[in-house]
Amino acid sequence: MSVDGWEAVIGLEIHVQLNTDSKMFCACANVFGAEPNTLTCPVCLGYPGALPTINGGAVDKAIQIGLALDCEIAGRCQFHRKNYFYPDSPKAYQISQYDQPICTRGHLDVDGGRIGITRAHLEEDAAKLVHAGGSGGRIAGAESSVVDFNRCGTPLVEIVTEPDLRSPEQAVAFLGLLKNTLQTIGVSDCDMEKGSLRCDANVSVRRAGEMGLGTKTELKNMNSFKFLGEGMAAEIRRQIDLLEAGGEVRQETLHYDPQARALHARRSKEEADDYRYFPEPDLVPLEPSADTVRRLRDAMPELPAARIARFRETYGLSEQDATDLNAAPEIADYFEAVAGASGDGKAASDWVRNQPGAVGTIPAEGLAGVVKLITAGTITATIGKQVYALLESDPSADPAALVEEHGLASIGDSSELEGMVAEVLAQNPQFVEQFRAGKEGVINALVGQVMKQTRGRADARQVQQLLRDRMQ
Amino acid sequence: MAISSDDVLHVARLARLRLTDDEVTRMTEQLSTIIGHVEQLSSLDLQGVEPTAHALDLTNRVRADAARPSWPRDEVLRNAPDPADGGFRVPPTA
Amino acid sequence: MTETLGLTAERCVELLDAREVSCRELVTAYLDRIQAADGGIHAFLRTRREAALAEADGFDRDGRTGLQGVPIALKDILCTKGEETTAGSRILEGHIPIYDGGCVTRVKAAGLVALGKTNMDEFAMGSSTENSAFGVTHNPWDTERVPGGSSGGSAAAVAAGFAPLSLGTDTGGSIRQPAALCGVVGMKPTYGAVSRYGLIAFASSLDQIGPFALTVRDAALLMQVICGKDPCDSTSVDLPEPIEVPSAGSMRGVRLGVPSDLLAQGVEPGVREAFDASLAAAEGLGAEIVETALPHAGYALPAYYLIAPAEASANLSRFDGVRYGLRLAEPGDTVGDMYGRTRAAGFGPEVKRRIMLGTYALSAGYYDAYYGMAQKVRTRIREDFAAAFADVDLVVSPTSPTVAFRIGERVDDPWAMYASDVLTVPVNLAGLPGISIPCGTSEGLPVGFQMVGPAFSENRILRAAHALESAIGFDPRPPATVVRA
Repeated sequence: MSVDGWEAVIGLEIHVQLNTDSKMFCACANVFGAEPNTLTCPVCLGYPGALPTINGGAVDKAIQIGLALDCEIAGRCQFHRKNYFYPDSPKAYQISQYDQPICTRGHLDVDGGRIGITRAHLEEDAAKLVHAGGSGGRIAGAESSVVDFNRCGTPLVEIVTEPDLRSPEQAVAFLGLLKNTLQTIGVSDCDMEKGSLRCDANVSVRRAGEMGLGTKTELKNMNSFKFLGEGMAAEIRRQIDLLEAGGEVRQETLHYDPQARALHARRSKEEADDYRYFPEPDLVPLEPSADTVRRLRDAMPELPAARIARFRETYGLSEQDATDLNAAPEIADYFEAVAGASGDGKAASDWVRNQPGAVGTIPAEGLAGVVKLITAGTITATIGKQVYALLESDPSADPAALVEEHGLASIGDSSELEGMVAEVLAQNPQFVEQFRAGKEGVINALVGQVMKQTRGRADARQVQQLLRDRMQ
Repeated sequence: MAISSDDVLHVARLARLRLTDDEVTRMTEQLSTIIGHVEQLSSLDLQGVEPTAHALDLTNRVRADAARPSWPRDEVLRNAPDPADGGFRVPPTA
Repeated sequence: MTETLGLTAERCVELLDAREVSCRELVTAYLDRIQAADGGIHAFLRTRREAALAEADGFDRDGRTGLQGVPIALKDILCTKGEETTAGSRILEGHIPIYDGGCVTRVKAAGLVALGKTNMDEFAMGSSTENSAFGVTHNPWDTERVPGGSSGGSAAAVAAGFAPLSLGTDTGGSIRQPAALCGVVGMKPTYGAVSRYGLIAFASSLDQIGPFALTVRDAALLMQVICGKDPCDSTSVDLPEPIEVPSAGSMRGVRLGVPSDLLAQGVEPGVREAFDASLAAAEGLGAEIVETALPHAGYALPAYYLIAPAEASANLSRFDGVRYGLRLAEPGDTVGDMYGRTRAAGFGPEVKRRIMLGTYALSAGYYDAYYGMAQKVRTRIREDFAAAFADVDLVVSPTSPTVAFRIGERVDDPWAMYASDVLTVPVNLAGLPGISIPCGTSEGLPVGFQMVGPAFSENRILRAAHALESAIGFDPRPPATVVRA
């Protein structure tokens, strides 16, 4: 983003909850939305004497993420303890990775730009604090909090990008592609509302053309794509205004308040963060074998970036359309099913992009049936929308049967249409007169009348041609 | 290196230990003595020596990703100093 | 009534097998002795008479085999489901674990009958058991003196005839040193040989559970019970060969290395005398005595007192008054106030000292100079032992530089107290197995003989220790005046 000669520099820190069956370091179920504290055990409650054990499934998923982002997979990595006291951290340290993460140095290409991935590492999620009492349950003025440890120990992969993003729009597009990539490889449901995808942003600005980095602020709590975009835009604006007024940006952590659509500085802590990382002695190092990595690489599905390219190639779609269809793997899958069953990728693309509600509700064969009926000329495009509406109320219906049942077949080359044209001409001699006198515009009124009679079962251009033929 | 009482207070805050003035005085003196002893390590040449975090050279100890039943909530809340609403109540965080 | 003083676990099994005593009679004899004599020793924090007798009755009713029905005492750092476990700390007073530790599960499965939980230095931090929040334990050989620590209660219990077997934990010598000071056998297995699951952690990369017994053979029997991989402890492994109960009386061909560097750290003349006499006894059994070098052994103590407190500072952070244990809070407190208040009241001075030391060693700007450097010294010490074992079968030394010291003698001088571990900590840093067997007395107090082998050489150590023990013929019964019931 280049605003008044300024350029934004953005790096993202993304936390992804993995969709494993069990937690990262214990065998409690990894499930969202259970009754508070029903998914706990001595390990995730940090009981005296309890020890962590590494979830091999989570390790595999972290490697898959690394492979999807073209990262190097570490030959040897290790867990560290990150020490901090807070009620959401039962051991008062988080088991995380520090100087030996499992994935390093990857990238993801978006909007023609290459965004570097600094690292992706495995760690455990914290518990959830429910703030009770005080004003409206917000932290300020709270009387007390109640801790729910169900989420505690959920496997997390933290993905850190290089400061390669240059605008909120690009950052949002990057996050969208990342989300789709993670969904495609099946490691997370990436639901920002449920917190299974969380994104913090490091934002700074500099004069366009400068190479150095300005002082950055860290933006948190932007728990939707919309808030992410708004938050970053607001912060970039604020920093530019501040610098233009001769001020200085202070390094701080800002929280986005979606209600106020504003960022608030969090009260600075008494002590600066000092996490006292050291190697986790309860766990031994991981050395993913070349075989393991190869097995995971071989099992990798086609990734969104490759799929977008293939959609353009195979179906002749524009980049924008191919990208839109790859907003989520289920959309792309659905499109491919419709395109395959209908044999018309371009039409399938139009339908799937214009009818986002079809995904997951209308069987692909149903929508493909509609497309085929239109392509074959059995129905018109207008009637196609009616058939689609009928499918919406009865998704398992056969579109051809619906056309039959409701008498929606096109009447383009039938005597029925001929008759309607003749009738309309007979009823409107004045328009015929005017047309013949050179006032050709009146033909639209005649077309409208015929179309009304056909209830959309004819093609307007064909009707116009018929009228023309008759009047000349 | 001598440890000052400010160092002691800083570390005590990191460790969430509330120390009395007497304890700060005593701790400053004792930690200085102990650190004095451990600093004899700096006389060793440890260039290029790999650190040992584990005495055993084990790797790749992982478990299969399978969930098992958790502990009954009643049982885990029984030890809680202040159970409330099916959870562990704590004083305000700020 | 069965005399429990000097009664070995093997002899208990014989008596039970021959039905000369019932399990109930045996367990009752031990419990009665505890009741009669532990007032002056304070080896136990709690006994479990009803539960122990119920278990004994079960064996009497249903029949028994092996070690079933033999009593045991457990250090109060091992989590026992439904039964209070405090680690000797005020902060866990009244704490009821919701699970059994891996080692406790094995002990129960073997049918050993737990008599109760033994006293210890708070969170195993100490060398005298004076750091318990629940009072000191007295040495059965001289109640004015300490039993050693941190597993002082478990060592004293076996010495005083309160249990034929007990379990302790050894992070820097906490089994071997109290075994030496109380005149019993104590073994620290190879790191990883026994599950640490359910052992309340002090220093995770060093902690190891091990047995106390009156004889090496008894210790081997208990090792058979407790060793083995546990899926709940990622650092646990199966031993490459099963533990054998030793029987040979010879030490022919065994090369014992005496580390002059280590002994230069300062050993009392009386202790040195008893040690040298035992070396001579070993030679008489056919062992070969040679000098061996551990050039970095002198740096083990400082390295240990960085690594162990650093790990401890993190391990003890979980005691925050949120989920279990003590909580102190005043109206208007924030959670941070609650933490500070709870931890100030819940931890004793030595634990606070080590949390402070460990936090300091890990804090920003100091990691490389302290913790990082100590980890490198640890590498050097491992290399020293590896080099030594290329030449000798076992490295031997006194276990403790002194005999049991007087209660209160070292409490005001932390470093003097820490120096009690000078001969034992190198073994933990290298993760090696070691044993202490009584080898005589000095000033009427027991002296311990330490034997250390390469990783997983438990059987080699046990064989040599058994042979030497037989040759020494130490009488493990303390003087009658002190603990006769």
